[in-house]
Amino acid sequence: MNETYDIRAAESHIEVHKFRGGAIIGTLIVIFFLQAFLPQYFHQLAILDLPLLVTIYFGLSRRNPSTGLLLGMAIGLVQDSLSGPTVPLGLYGIAKTIIGYLASSIGARLDTEHPAARFALTILFFGLHQGILMLERRILLAQPEAWFTMHLGIAALINAVVGAALFTLLDRLRKPS
Amino acid sequence: MVGVPSRHKSIFLLGGMVLLQVLLLAVQIKRDSQGRLIRVWTVGALSPFERAGSYGIGSVRGTWGHYFALQNTSRENEQLKHDNDVLKLQVMQLQSRVSEAERLEHLLNFRESQREVPMLGARVIGASADTATRTIYIDRGEGDGIHRNMGVITPDGIVGKVIETFSNTSQVLLITDKEGGAGAMLAASRNQGAVGGTGEPLLEMKYIANDDKVDVGESVVTSGMDRIFPRDLPVGTVAEVKPGNPFKVIRLRPAANLERLEEVIVLTTLRPLEVKKEAAAGDAVAGGNASANGQPLAKPVGKPADQAATGQRAAEKPKSSAANR
Repeated sequence: MNETYDIRAAESHIEVHKFRGGAIIGTLIVIFFLQAFLPQYFHQLAILDLPLLVTIYFGLSRRNPSTGLLLGMAIGLVQDSLSGPTVPLGLYGIAKTIIGYLASSIGARLDTEHPAARFALTILFFGLHQGILMLERRILLAQPEAWFTMHLGIAALINAVVGAALFTLLDRLRKPS
Repeated sequence: MVGVPSRHKSIFLLGGMVLLQVLLLAVQIKRDSQGRLIRVWTVGALSPFERAGSYGIGSVRGTWGHYFALQNTSRENEQLKHDNDVLKLQVMQLQSRVSEAERLEHLLNFRESQREVPMLGARVIGASADTATRTIYIDRGEGDGIHRNMGVITPDGIVGKVIETFSNTSQVLLITDKEGGAGAMLAASRNQGAVGGTGEPLLEMKYIANDDKVDVGESVVTSGMDRIFPRDLPVGTVAEVKPGNPFKVIRLRPAANLERLEEVIVLTTLRPLEVKKEAAAGDAVAGGNASANGQPLAKPVGKPADQAATGQRAAEKPKSSAANR
């Protein structure tokens, strides 16, 4: 009983962040615009998965698994829609639903405000996201894909670096506590 | 009524949402549908932002360029005068070279042969939101007469084909995508095959027998067998050749700069496109066809047309077969 009490007491110190009106919708529009637009001028930036970074950020900040998974699902389905007929609806939706749920659950138990923690979590979630996508492609779509490539490893690192910076920027959209 | 603990509610919700999307995937695979309605809504909602951003950044770049142009006008004027003198000299030399004039005549014949092909210029306004797919969005759609499966090119070479159309936006699958491709042939030997994307910057050419001679740097042009692209448009140059089983493994560098597309041309017809017979005959009399890159073309070598015709349409096969599974 005491252990349970201690854990709950520890959780109660973790602050649930709220955002300014329209901040989440506005961020999503900007992120999807940048995801589609930036690679046209800087093709190296195609390596970034900005929708995933935003899913992780809002999951970690809101700390409500239900909200996190629903937001992740919405972001994933929009990404599926914009990716064209070669990507079936639900591919990214499922992956980001799970990531949104896990990010919210971890955010509710750990303090994830430190940039180092965010960096490490982004690498973890990026790997997990790729793993889920691979599983979906292999099992549901019968499309053989490599489990790991050096390109994916580099992409995870770059996304984590960009994520740490982006999260600091997004912190400014929070309502002052 | 037994209440569900609030901590478990989110797990049930997660399970429900994942299951829902797995069903959504299953429905799409079973019926081979692509959720067009949802895609139309999403693209319709986001394309105005992409369009505005594209024109906004274009204006900023233009202003920036003109600002620096004004700063260097005097220096550039001197440079242009010098360049003009050099060009005048070159024009005089060109006029005296009959052989070069003949080559230009062949090129002109080829371009004339493509005059009947209806084309439409379009601006690239966005890329795929998916890092693994190579597609772009253009600012022309159904309202401009664009339909699915229309070919998209640049003056440098082929780009891909239209895979989805909306009211005033279209999505183009690049040839470098895993599902992209085109019927192609080696410009020198006229050996026919199919070029497909690998998801990487380089393309792969299939169905060239190990006995056939292929050199690095050799040009590859469209064969016209895919009924999407006219014959003899540049596809790319051979970057790597390795023996394989049963065919050679050939990697190509695309002729068009697919990493930095800003404006493209859509071939606004779904009719089979071929070089006009008169032009081809004229070229034959003159000693061979002329390709878009000016290389002399020999008679096509007999190879099963089906292999070359695979192109983009064949590239769609793996998806549907995988889906059927």
